[in-house]
Amino acid sequence: MIATAHTRFAKAGRGLAIFSGLIAIWWVVALGLRLPVYMLPTPPVVAEALWAGRDFLWGHALITAWEILLGLGLGLLLGVLLAVSMAFSRTLERWLMPVLVISQSIPIFALAPLLVLWLGFGISSKVAAAALVIFFPVAASFYDGLRRTEPGWLELARTMGASRLAQLRHVRLAAALPAFGSGLRVGAAIAPIGAVIGEWVGSSGGLGYVMLNANARMQTPVCFAALFILSLMAVGLWHVVNLVLKYLLYWAPDSA
Amino acid sequence: MAMQLNSAQPARTDAGSKVAPPGVRVEHLTLRYGENTIFDNLNLRTSGGRLTALLGVSGVGKTSLLKIIAGLIEPTAGCVIGTDGRPVADRIAYMGQQDLLLPWLSVFKNVTLGARLRRETVDRVRAERLLEQVGLAAHHKTLPAALSGGMRQRAAIARTLYERRPIVLMDEPFCALDAITRANIHELAAEMLGGRTVLLITHDPLEAARLGHHLLVLQGCPATAGSPIAVAGEPPRSPDDPNLQKSQGQLLRLLMESQ
Repeated sequence: MIATAHTRFAKAGRGLAIFSGLIAIWWVVALGLRLPVYMLPTPPVVAEALWAGRDFLWGHALITAWEILLGLGLGLLLGVLLAVSMAFSRTLERWLMPVLVISQSIPIFALAPLLVLWLGFGISSKVAAAALVIFFPVAASFYDGLRRTEPGWLELARTMGASRLAQLRHVRLAAALPAFGSGLRVGAAIAPIGAVIGEWVGSSGGLGYVMLNANARMQTPVCFAALFILSLMAVGLWHVVNLVLKYLLYWAPDSA
Repeated sequence: MAMQLNSAQPARTDAGSKVAPPGVRVEHLTLRYGENTIFDNLNLRTSGGRLTALLGVSGVGKTSLLKIIAGLIEPTAGCVIGTDGRPVADRIAYMGQQDLLLPWLSVFKNVTLGARLRRETVDRVRAERLLEQVGLAAHHKTLPAALSGGMRQRAAIARTLYERRPIVLMDEPFCALDAITRANIHELAAEMLGGRTVLLITHDPLEAARLGHHLLVLQGCPATAGSPIAVAGEPPRSPDDPNLQKSQGQLLRLLMESQ
């Protein structure tokens, strides 16, 4: 117990040190370069903008958070479905794999305007953009994990009279969870990118929209405030994902 | 003929039946991988209800033979049937070189894995009794990672026996254990496997001589089986049994000559 309390304390301390260290570097650079506020505002100026625009920023942050979460959910669902169906059928794998690769050869920047055109200025085009960047890492790593099941486990299951479906359900899915975890981590880390790019291309709300507008009006502190909130959300999402994975992978402490 | 190995029916056992377990008959078995001929018209036969230890140098094809009997590999030609004339692939329980415990399942769930794979109800009483017999009653909920090598192997034995199959195939199951743990688990295995038809691959002449009713040496390329050697006395033979020393010595000489 002492050990866990100690690690928890050390973790929190490390997080705080990194956070204040980054702020300090930013501060020193901003002061040292003597740049005007519209080029690089100092932390206190940004804090002021953050506080002054709290209601406004909060509303837009909520929009972006929803886009990220829904995009993550949709991307996960899509990725898992693809991986499982490819693992279950070689024929499906041969047809789907090229489509997957093609889908990744088109940069999301190029696709985002089309998504806005098709799905509108609202939340759905951003959810789609986030889902598009997320599903590939999830599908690719989960599929890889599903393919690499320890052959001995499958042989054992076959001698026990397990159908292919039962092998998938009881052995391969669980065995592929660590691989799924690494895909999910990448997905969670890039999910905000998809959502914000969608907002940049065309939107009526969200942190990306705030940044774009603030930038155009040279309100750089507001832009920084929005960025700050976005990175807090990204770190928060990362932590939640890690907690979920720790719970799912209780049996594989190395990969959790 | 090879069709008989992969019977499409769901695996059923003649669990609880009082019929004596059948022996295994390997007939005209040929296995080729490209240019490589592992078996060419191999014939052998093991007695029902007895433990046959299968020996031979590495690479001679012992594991391949076991996997063919288990229905995991399709032979190029030939077949495997029970001495009762019925296919065996759906009447075997398999114990591989590693314990193959699933790391995310507790010991109890590992032992009863077969039932869940076949969507049967789990026989809790039977599983608990088996765990007690292998000395793991206190480790029901333990994950495999928290067990020692010997305990893991005992859990694997319980899982194998939970399957109620008349024929048990074992591929060097105890090779990773230290000598003392191995000697102890031999007694447990002999006691618990008694009455079933067992085919045990081993590299250890002592293991073969302690546990086997019959010893069978595979040698040559393509491999042929020597005639079975009967070992005097009932297994498990005590480590200081003079018969044991003798048959172990004979066996070692035979294996050295076959190389």
